[in-house]
Amino acid sequence: MAIVYQKSKGLTDVEFHYCPGCTHGIVHKLVAETLEELNILDNAVGVAPVGCSVFAYNYFNCDMQGAAHGRAPAVATGIKRVLPEHVVFTYQGDGDLAAIGTAEIVHAAMRGEKFTTIFINNAIYGMTGGQMAPTTLVGQRATTAPLGREREHYGSPIRMSEMLATIDGAAYIERVTVTTPANIIKAKRAIKKAFQLQIEGKGFTMIEVLSTCPTNWGLTPVEALEWVKEKMGPFFPLGVFRDITAEEAK
Amino acid sequence: MASGKVTFRQERCKGCNLCVSVCPAKIIFLDEDNTNIKGYHPATVTEMDKCIGCANCARICPDSIITVERN
Repeated sequence: MAIVYQKSKGLTDVEFHYCPGCTHGIVHKLVAETLEELNILDNAVGVAPVGCSVFAYNYFNCDMQGAAHGRAPAVATGIKRVLPEHVVFTYQGDGDLAAIGTAEIVHAAMRGEKFTTIFINNAIYGMTGGQMAPTTLVGQRATTAPLGREREHYGSPIRMSEMLATIDGAAYIERVTVTTPANIIKAKRAIKKAFQLQIEGKGFTMIEVLSTCPTNWGLTPVEALEWVKEKMGPFFPLGVFRDITAEEAK
Repeated sequence: MASGKVTFRQERCKGCNLCVSVCPAKIIFLDEDNTNIKGYHPATVTEMDKCIGCANCARICPDSIITVERN
């Protein structure tokens, strides 16, 4: 018998600290498999955020750097400019990227910084205990919105992919999810494309992944995947929002 | 039909049930007769002859504890 699937060499042997069924683990391995397949493990530098994935630097089998909350794009900018031959990526959640670090990500995209961002959107603040995030859906309950997010008070959630896709410096922006094996394969294809475009020096690339937080949503891991499909899907549509290679081909 | 074999690194399983939910052969279950060092009932398979080696379980496993082999 031949091995058809095993743990990626892009991950260390350290056990993930994530809750059972958390999709961070799935996205981690997609990034790790991509680094392994592109043969860039020795040439990659990742920047870990603040949030549930703060310990990402223990899990990826490549050089890693921690960053202050939300500032991963600024740190990645510095690394990429000093080491332009390296492949640089940030791994950030919605509290890091869409709240405290919004300025950094917008301006990194505007400058067309040539790194790749993996953006985990699970519509809540996970690590701090389920508070409302900028991505929390209207009506969704959070510890700081016990009756559900009200549009009159807190507005409507922010769609980062659509927003960043309006910026000229962005080369590739896609939103994917990991709710089924088929979607996981598509998500990996998107992540790989983003890294390839970075290597070709096309500009800023970001893949947003609709993810789960079973613990703070109060659902089982399997129910949480359904919740992504039913509740998040309509507000955060999947798809490619910007692809300059497609525009160049026209 | 291809035949497959899955192995679980059970001491690392968190019993999240995602592999169980995507197995087309419906042969994976959480072994309630066993508890691992983390305190979870780990995923397991007893009817291995029914495994088709599709790797759905390994692909969705958040903790990368599943290895899949196929003929």
